[in-house]
Amino acid sequence: MKEYKADLHIHTVLSPCGSLEMSPRNIVQEALKKKIDIIGITDHNSTRQCASVSKEATKAGITVYMGVEITTKEEVHCLAFFETFDILDTFQQYLDKHLPDIKNNTDLFGYQVVVDESENIIYEEPRLLISAIAQSIDQIAAEVHRLGGLFIPAHINRPKYSLVSQLGFVPPDLKADAFELTKHISTEDFLKKFSYLKGKTFIRNSDAHQPELIGERFTTLKMADTSFAEFAKALAGIDGREVIV
Amino acid sequence: MKVKEVAEKLGLTVISGANGLENEISMGYSSDLLSDVMGSAQSGDIWITLQTHKNVMAIASLKDLSAVILVKGFTPDPDMEEQSNEENIPVLGTTEDTFTINGKLYNLLNQ
Repeated sequence: MKEYKADLHIHTVLSPCGSLEMSPRNIVQEALKKKIDIIGITDHNSTRQCASVSKEATKAGITVYMGVEITTKEEVHCLAFFETFDILDTFQQYLDKHLPDIKNNTDLFGYQVVVDESENIIYEEPRLLISAIAQSIDQIAAEVHRLGGLFIPAHINRPKYSLVSQLGFVPPDLKADAFELTKHISTEDFLKKFSYLKGKTFIRNSDAHQPELIGERFTTLKMADTSFAEFAKALAGIDGREVIV
Repeated sequence: MKVKEVAEKLGLTVISGANGLENEISMGYSSDLLSDVMGSAQSGDIWITLQTHKNVMAIASLKDLSAVILVKGFTPDPDMEEQSNEENIPVLGTTEDTFTINGKLYNLLNQ
């Protein structure tokens, strides 16, 4: 087994709140500088920037887990990751179908653009990506799992847009592959409040919206290689694979 | 005032938890953040929200609330409806928005 440094929650220039500096090239350069082995690309309600970051990262020997940060109907932010481009496209269609038709106002929210490896703008998303999609957290978890993906409620201890802020507490029967905590609470203190979550997997990431914050927090994945199957095993804590935070 | 009386006077639909229609309402609380309701709602309050997750019923039960009103025609998720019946806490429905139903309810409870 090897230990891999992973920052699994990174926004790009596509997220309206993401810095224009968050191009594939800059993200990969910053990850190299911070000696990060695996990056998760998780823009708000869109997977459209994953492909070009993957291409750029592959050249640098960095693994990308292609994902998204979904805003559920309850306004809970949840991360999801998918193994292949085909599956990612299927999930993108689901997002497109359920994202409300509210136009982005670039003055208020910022630009939502997809850029290629050479930083050319190749797409601009007209709909506001930070809206809540018209699907509940349970419906989204089911769809992610139907596609063989991994479902991870984001920054669950945060006072806004989190499982705890929106739904009061973590539903004990929620089908989550892990939970993300922020730097503001230790896992021990969190478990004091939610003792029924003992034994669950917790991860920590930067949630970076600008390059210098990439890797500020990270998760160590102990596994055989950086494949998606190994990632799933590490989150599940099986076959000697595990998550170290 | 009893839940039943409020439902009749405001024309609310009884969606579930009909066994709790005799619950006594003290006052109301309006919020869509369940963490906020958990911290601030008072026992006996009727809760006005648009959230339809089953955690709504867990918190209504924990805080000993009298009933839940779902606004804008929202309907409870199946497991929320189930829990409403189990806990005898009615879920009432209205097509009106939060502002309108709050105003009517405020006047009714303060008569």
